[in-house]
Amino acid sequence: MAIRINGTEVAAPDDVRVSLLDLLRERLHLTGTKVGCNQGACGACTVLVDGERVLSCLTLAVQAEGRSVTTIEGLGSADSPHPLQLAFIEHDGFQCGYCTPGQVCAAAAMLREIEAGVPSYVTADLTAPVLVTREEVRERMSGNLCRCGAHNGIVDAILEVAAGRAA
Amino acid sequence: MMPFTYSRAASIDQAIEMAAGGRSHLLGGGTNLVDLMRKGVERPSGLVDVTALPGTIEETGGGGLRIGAAARNSAVAAHPLVRARYPMLARAILAGASAQIRNMATVGGNLMQRTRCVYFQDVAGARCNKRAPGSGCDAAGGFNRYHAIIGASPQCIATHPSDMCVALAALDARIHVAGAGGARTIPMVDFHRLPGERPDLETLLEPGEMIVAVEIDASPFARSTYRKVRDRASYAFALVSVAAGLTMRAGRIEKIGIALGGIAAKPWRALRAEAALRGGPATAQAFEAALAVELADAAPLPGNAFKVGLAQRTLGAVCIELSGSDR
Ligand SMILES: Cc1cc2nc3c(=O)[nH]c(=O)nc-3n(C[C@H](O)[C@H](O)[C@H](O)COP(=O)(O)OP(=O)(O)OC[C@H]3O[C@@H](n4cnc5c(N)ncnc54)[C@H](O)[C@@H]3O)c2cc1C
Ligand code: SF4
Ligand code: FES
Ligand code: FES
Repeated sequence: MAIRINGTEVAAPDDVRVSLLDLLRERLHLTGTKVGCNQGACGACTVLVDGERVLSCLTLAVQAEGRSVTTIEGLGSADSPHPLQLAFIEHDGFQCGYCTPGQVCAAAAMLREIEAGVPSYVTADLTAPVLVTREEVRERMSGNLCRCGAHNGIVDAILEVAAGRAA
Repeated sequence: MMPFTYSRAASIDQAIEMAAGGRSHLLGGGTNLVDLMRKGVERPSGLVDVTALPGTIEETGGGGLRIGAAARNSAVAAHPLVRARYPMLARAILAGASAQIRNMATVGGNLMQRTRCVYFQDVAGARCNKRAPGSGCDAAGGFNRYHAIIGASPQCIATHPSDMCVALAALDARIHVAGAGGARTIPMVDFHRLPGERPDLETLLEPGEMIVAVEIDASPFARSTYRKVRDRASYAFALVSVAAGLTMRAGRIEKIGIALGGIAAKPWRALRAEAALRGGPATAQAFEAALAVELADAAPLPGNAFKVGLAQRTLGAVCIELSGSDR
């Protein structure tokens, strides 16, 4: 079974210990996905598997067999950026940019989670529709650290895109 | 390079067969195991992926829930019945890790996750009785802010890191397991062991056995919640956490369930505190006093003595949240 990466079928590596992150970066040269901690603590390696956000550093590539992986390269390009990418530029959602691909992938999935009514730890009423508030976005994006401290811009960018989608 | 195998189990029987002998480990989401393999703490010769096994969440005859071991943490927290009937469970899961990790992590893996003691993870640099029995415990005289205040032993002072398990302990969950010798059910409150002389043995699961499902009865609590106190507001392990459920009758506590996280090698079910509170008023003062009874045997360390008071205040705050009453 192959892994579908940004629409292209790729064979799983022979060594089953290779992480999805290493497959993407070292073997396929899709270097948009970043290595931060390589231990689940930073979110820089976030990609989408079957549309859900996961950490590619803790996913073995074989675990993605038969699934569809979307990286930042599959989400937007310089010619046709994703709305979140435009909003990040608009709101200074980065400085060095290292955490940005992970932030954008995580945010794309997060907006869908909110639309699906998935609650978070800060949701007051677990059975009521979820509101897109600053507090909600901060909690839901806590798995993506930014050493440059661009978090306020990141939250502004996400709130703007969320408001645009709701309108 | 050592040969290394990976196989995906299509049934529980097949998983048991594939993992027999103990040299292959079961693989859930991999969020703990893949990390520990990379650090050299876990050295299996192969992996048996159990994420294709049942992960369904079904209502049981008695109005309870049965959750397949392969259910993702995020799926359990988002399930309408969990949110409506077991708020403490939904909140406990949502308090753990990050959205990405909860999407990957399975219920079985969450129950079996290893301690986050930094010395346990430091293969090259630290002595650890859990990782290398008999080698010593560098946490005892080291950095023990995150370590246990009760139920520890001279051999090991590590805590169990799970949030979900704390709620499962307060809810008196049952863990269904299966192995070559057949199936059995273990009460959640007994599932994890205290370290004693053998900190390397962490649960009652026997070699070759696996978790198949978790079952909880219809919730006896009118209200329940989970509160977690940590060094940053999100994406951090608990210093102290509380799962609690409460049912009042004529101004008195009729039913109560309390479990604490971050203080012991297992989710700490506070049976003594519950007994002290039952039949009395739900005030923060009463809750704090009851926890003093519960923690009478606590033996905090220089690095974590603050946890005793923190646990009391956290339980007091939970009481206010659940009962609406103030001091
Ligand atoms: C950065 C970071 C932060 C975290 N923060 C938190 C937190 O705040 N709160 C919290 O609760 N957790 C936290 N976690 C831990 C996380 O919840 C666990 O790693 C996760 O629940 C493990 O589930 P898994 O399916 O990925 O397990 P795996 O890593 O796949 O496996 C873990 C263990 O369980 C065994 N196993 C798997 N399935 C079964 C089965 N069916 N039967 C028997 N054994 C089985 C495996 O063999 C392995 O030993 C954090 C993790 C990371 C990396
Ligand atoms: S506390 Fe336990 S896990 Fe940590 S170093 Fe000591 S023996 Fe190892
Ligand atoms: S590189 Fe994966 S979480 Fe840091
Ligand atoms: S922009 Fe530099 S780490 Fe986030």
